[in-house]
Amino acid sequence: MRYREALNEALREELRRDETVMLMGEDIGVFNGAFKVTAGLLEEFGERRVRDTPISENTIVGMGVGAAMSGLRPVVELMTINFSLLAMDQIINSAAHIHYMFGGQARVPLVIRMPQGAGHQLGPTHSHCLEAMYLQVPGLLVATPSTPADAKGLLKAAIRDDNPVIFIEHESLYGQRGEVPEDPDHVVDFGSAAICREGDDVTIVGISRMALTAQRAAEALAAEHDIQAEVIDPRTLRPLDLDMICGSVRKTNRCVIVEEGWPHGGVGANLAALIQEQAFDWLDAPVARVTGADVPMPYSKPLEQIAFPHEPQVVTAVLSTFRDV
Amino acid sequence: MAEHVVEASPNIEGPRPLPAADAARDWLAAMLLIRRFEERAGELYAKALIGGFLHLAVGEEAAIVGAVRALRDRDYLISTYRSHGHALARGTEPERVMAELMGREGGVCRGRGGSMHMFDGERRFLGGYGIVGGNLPLGAGVALASDYLKRDEATLCVFGDGASNQGTFGETMNLAALWRLPVVFLVTNNQFGMGTALARHSAVTDLMRKGESFGVPGMRCDGMDVVETEAVVAEALAIAREQRQPMLVEAVTYRFRGHSMADPEEYRTREQVAEWRKRDPIDVFGERLEAEGVLEPSAREALDADALERIDAAAAFAEQSPFPAPESLYDNVYVLGDQVRGWYSVDERAAGVHRGEDERALAERKRRAGNGEDGG
Ligand SMILES: Cc1ncc(C[n+]2csc(CCOP(=O)(O)OP(=O)(O)O)c2C)c(N)n1
Ligand SMILES: [Mg+2]
Repeated sequence: MRYREALNEALREELRRDETVMLMGEDIGVFNGAFKVTAGLLEEFGERRVRDTPISENTIVGMGVGAAMSGLRPVVELMTINFSLLAMDQIINSAAHIHYMFGGQARVPLVIRMPQGAGHQLGPTHSHCLEAMYLQVPGLLVATPSTPADAKGLLKAAIRDDNPVIFIEHESLYGQRGEVPEDPDHVVDFGSAAICREGDDVTIVGISRMALTAQRAAEALAAEHDIQAEVIDPRTLRPLDLDMICGSVRKTNRCVIVEEGWPHGGVGANLAALIQEQAFDWLDAPVARVTGADVPMPYSKPLEQIAFPHEPQVVTAVLSTFRDV
Repeated sequence: MAEHVVEASPNIEGPRPLPAADAARDWLAAMLLIRRFEERAGELYAKALIGGFLHLAVGEEAAIVGAVRALRDRDYLISTYRSHGHALARGTEPERVMAELMGREGGVCRGRGGSMHMFDGERRFLGGYGIVGGNLPLGAGVALASDYLKRDEATLCVFGDGASNQGTFGETMNLAALWRLPVVFLVTNNQFGMGTALARHSAVTDLMRKGESFGVPGMRCDGMDVVETEAVVAEALAIAREQRQPMLVEAVTYRFRGHSMADPEEYRTREQVAEWRKRDPIDVFGERLEAEGVLEPSAREALDADALERIDAAAAFAEQSPFPAPESLYDNVYVLGDQVRGWYSVDERAAGVHRGEDERALAERKRRAGNGEDGG
């Protein structure tokens, strides 16, 4: 099953299971979704539950918050993560803070789904990876699934959870195939990382699509350098399965973090700080980071291609942790 | 969905008088250039020479050329991701627009922006913007600068029917009216925001009225008629300039092609598209020019041949223009004046940190070279 179909199935099953689940978003109905994730859902569930909205991101999210406070479990689709910036106010000032600000009296069981990522030449207003921005906000849960099974399991968990969830898909993953459990109650818990490949020599943490890049790099490292890398996909960035990551680092003594977003204040910057706080004595080399370039994403293909990480950069970074220190 | 769509309607107020023969020929030529450019861009996209999202404005040529011809050189224009035509109408060389679409160094933005992000500062086209509704505050801000600096300029801010639902729409209308800024908002009503028909996205479908409660009066023009569009936008610009009264103009038009190249167009019928195509703005205007004796049929064909030739040259130039060099990836992240100190970027791609030394040295050399020329 493809990643996009796994998401579609998760939405379909949850819409069937729970009458209070409803979808809102731009072109998710008649148009079947900009990336076809919601294909066929309007047909099955009708306009009451699957709603095409005007182009009004801040208001759609804000209405999702209000509806979530009063009995619904809305799932809002934003066409890309860059457009979520228009809704940043409602996401942070409302969704993330309401439960705390009102002393626990109100809940916001809202899911905001959106894809991110470069590689399709969509230029500087449509291609960024902004998980690090959401990762910073207390009150939000942040998911970044990289496989169809996780996409389905995490989306179902997100819809059932009582917290606001930033659910970050990746444009390049929609067509990826993978096994997906048939069990309609297959959920993946937030805060449980996945070991994608076992190894003893170095820990590579890959975020979102970079979990796949990390795995390909690990195969190259095994074949060409006799290095066995352990690859971890955290799957959710908030909460974060730091225990599994630090456990792996204590075993391998080396760590490389791979993400597509910007380096400053990125996922890797944060994770490297946590690792050195928790596992400093086990490290044989500084934690290395491989990130997207520190520039707005350019349109031109050759520039775009060098502006986000590929396997060779991961291999180089891993080798750098084996340099004599 | 058909019942939600404004019917193709003939010109309500009757045809406006034609402009002088030279202007008429120029308008037709400009529309032909856009049409041929867009068609070629579509072909080059199919051949994967253009990537990303490509939004064509086929069918909207009169709404573009009429509006842009209403501007004076010193006026500003700001638009959306569907604005190859705006650049071309403003006079930007098709070579540089096409090169941008192909991501080449010779493009209007050196390949950084692509189809959705046109720019030509020299011609006061302050850009196409990829965020729906994002250019409205910018347009009002440009008018703020004109007003503040007491310059005799107006701004034309173009956006789509779908954009009129963004919060920025109401917020910008209010402030533009409150501060009496010389700006005209032109809503290109092409009947759809992506796959969502007007009546399914906007409670008020009379778009020209959407600014009224904010203090921005509306006007409407037949956006399939270049003469009427020019006349109405020119009138609105005059009001904005002279009375400091921002205006909202609705140009009623239709996009003949999909929203972007990846659009199966399941949200509308072929019949509806065919109905609107009967009012093709280029055919309608060309036929009128012939009927009123302004243009021989052969002259019309010659204008089309010129446009095609120009597009051939544009495509050839673009294909030969080099891709940006990898070392140029970090160009222009900042304006590197002497105030920028310390490192500003860190990246494993470029051994450590960027401090801007190279860029600053280059800027200094350019400055010296420039001074030398001035002195000599
Ligand atoms: C903030 C934001 N939301 C969504 C999009 C995706 N999108 C691009 S164009 C478009 C439709 C806009 O319709 P309209 O304003 O009528 O302009 P048109 O495309 O018809 O020229 C949408 C939803 C976007 N680019 N920016
Ligand atoms: Mg439109």
